[in-house]
Amino acid sequence: MSKKSNAALEAALAEPVWPAAPPAFTWLGFGVFALLAVYPFIFTGTFSHHLMIMVFLHAIMAQSWNVVAGMSGQISLGHAVFFGLGAYASALLYIKWGITPWIGLLAGMAISALAAAAIGIPTLRLRGHYFAIATLLFGISVQIVFQRWDWVGAASGIFMPIVRDDPWLVLQFHGSKLPYYYLSFGLCVIAFAVVWDLQRRRLGMRLLAVRDEPEAAASLGIDVAWHKVIAFMISGAMMSTAGTFFAQYVLVVDPDRVFNFEISVLALLMVVLGGIGTLWGPALGAAILVPLSEFTRTWFGGTGGTVDLIIYGILILLICIYQPRGLLSIVTERLRRRVDTK
Amino acid sequence: MSSDVIIQAIVSGLLMGLVYALVAVGLSLIFGLMEIVNFAHGEFLMLSMFFSFWLWALLGMDPLLSLPIVVLALAVLGFATHYGVIRHVLNAPMLAQICATFGLAIAIRSGAQFLWTPDFRSVQDPLVAGRLEIAGIFIGQPQLVAGLVCFAAFIALWLFVTRTETGLALQATAQDRQAAAVMGIPTDRMFALGWAIGLGCVGVAGAMLSSFYFVFPDVGINFALLAFVAVALGGFGSILGSLVAGVAIGLVESLGGVLISPSYKLLIVFSLYFAVVLVRPMGLFGRY
Repeated sequence: MSKKSNAALEAALAEPVWPAAPPAFTWLGFGVFALLAVYPFIFTGTFSHHLMIMVFLHAIMAQSWNVVAGMSGQISLGHAVFFGLGAYASALLYIKWGITPWIGLLAGMAISALAAAAIGIPTLRLRGHYFAIATLLFGISVQIVFQRWDWVGAASGIFMPIVRDDPWLVLQFHGSKLPYYYLSFGLCVIAFAVVWDLQRRRLGMRLLAVRDEPEAAASLGIDVAWHKVIAFMISGAMMSTAGTFFAQYVLVVDPDRVFNFEISVLALLMVVLGGIGTLWGPALGAAILVPLSEFTRTWFGGTGGTVDLIIYGILILLICIYQPRGLLSIVTERLRRRVDTK
Repeated sequence: MSSDVIIQAIVSGLLMGLVYALVAVGLSLIFGLMEIVNFAHGEFLMLSMFFSFWLWALLGMDPLLSLPIVVLALAVLGFATHYGVIRHVLNAPMLAQICATFGLAIAIRSGAQFLWTPDFRSVQDPLVAGRLEIAGIFIGQPQLVAGLVCFAAFIALWLFVTRTETGLALQATAQDRQAAAVMGIPTDRMFALGWAIGLGCVGVAGAMLSSFYFVFPDVGINFALLAFVAVALGGFGSILGSLVAGVAIGLVESLGGVLISPSYKLLIVFSLYFAVVLVRPMGLFGRY
């Protein structure tokens, strides 16, 4: 190889793949982070804490769905499975053997990743709808099994005993919601950092290649099916952390709650709403939907559940037709246009 | 276990299987035409059962007699779905297509729950009721009629698709959209027709089911899931495959219920899907 092309290669390698964000954005990011860190001291009400905890929890769920859908282009319609596995893993380990939920968190992630591999390996080598249907069937199958499995409490589920000693060891906080707030905030930051990092790694780049041009990616020696499986496993593990947190937060785990189909729907909707395949889309989706859902519940009372879902369904439909790249794209496209004209 | 129980299970599985086959063929037809999986298929089945139920409850029409009205209503709904939703995502990425029909499903199902509550309803004193006894085997008459009507509808569909000019145009569109358009086939109208026929099939199945099955907003889910398995087993886009697979699933479901456990019969059918995907992803008769 000639020296000239080596120089060109090195110049190309030296060029950053991800251009640095404008400084204003970095400061905005730090500002939001600082604001969220002191938020519970500005708004001290229990409901305002609960609201933000739910936003963080849903942002993790959405980000998890975003990894599989946004980064590898596959639609999962049964993401609640991983939420439920995470919740059951930590609750069961604690109830049956007194193992701390911190270990349960990791165990849930491992189990979810294995379950994801089990669904993904046979279906992800086929065209997309095989996978979507498989996740739908798997989601319902797991729920049926847990509803009838006596060892895990069958349909009535598991009630966690109230423990007041060693709150950070047993992950139960009864005096205030503050520890839950920072716990969910921390998990959420980690989830977003993982995706941020993933987007900058070779793995993330290969995933985008697999999503956008599977044939071209395969011709470059990328194992397309295997990359989709890896994305699905990461996604499952991430969803599982949300489930474990939820189990520790409400202290009740039952199949109708943690394997609820609505969880799968919500994860999908938040991402589609915010912006699929973007880092901040899931956060935007969660920040819009969670308050909307909490307030419709208080307005409509008991039947709020179905009114929610009617709105969600219509929203998904409308976004798919009119703004398939999500709300975030309205802002980013305008920014890009401004940069281009400069 | 006596052989009577087995034969009984085979007969009732066969009759239910014919209903599943008709639901599945609608799904398969739509997929074959435009490569879109209709995730709202079960919800349309639920709507047709409610149509049929309300015609009985409000006007006193028996489900068997109101069949043409229900089918017509569902066909109109099929046109509306195509022109209102599907047309706009036809060239969109698969992601948008799946989300669109999925969103439609959620909106319809929760809308039904909001309007009609999650209560179970049923048609009282249908025209055909009771059961026949042949050599110790009991056959529910409504089930028998449902199976036969669905089979007849299936034959009619098959004749339409293979013997008429419009049917051939449908097949041409399914094979190659662009080539069909070049030949002067109005592909957009063919797509709409595909949706009308697909939902019309669901209409027949729903109307027949409503005379012996409970009617409630979530009723469509299980039928749709079984239809997904049937379509995968028969081969996406294959009409004959849907018939064979639908009947096979009816048999697996009822035999599994008798031989293994009734509460796990859905799981047994679902595992069939994973077996198909592992062993023969193109299904029995399909392309993939």
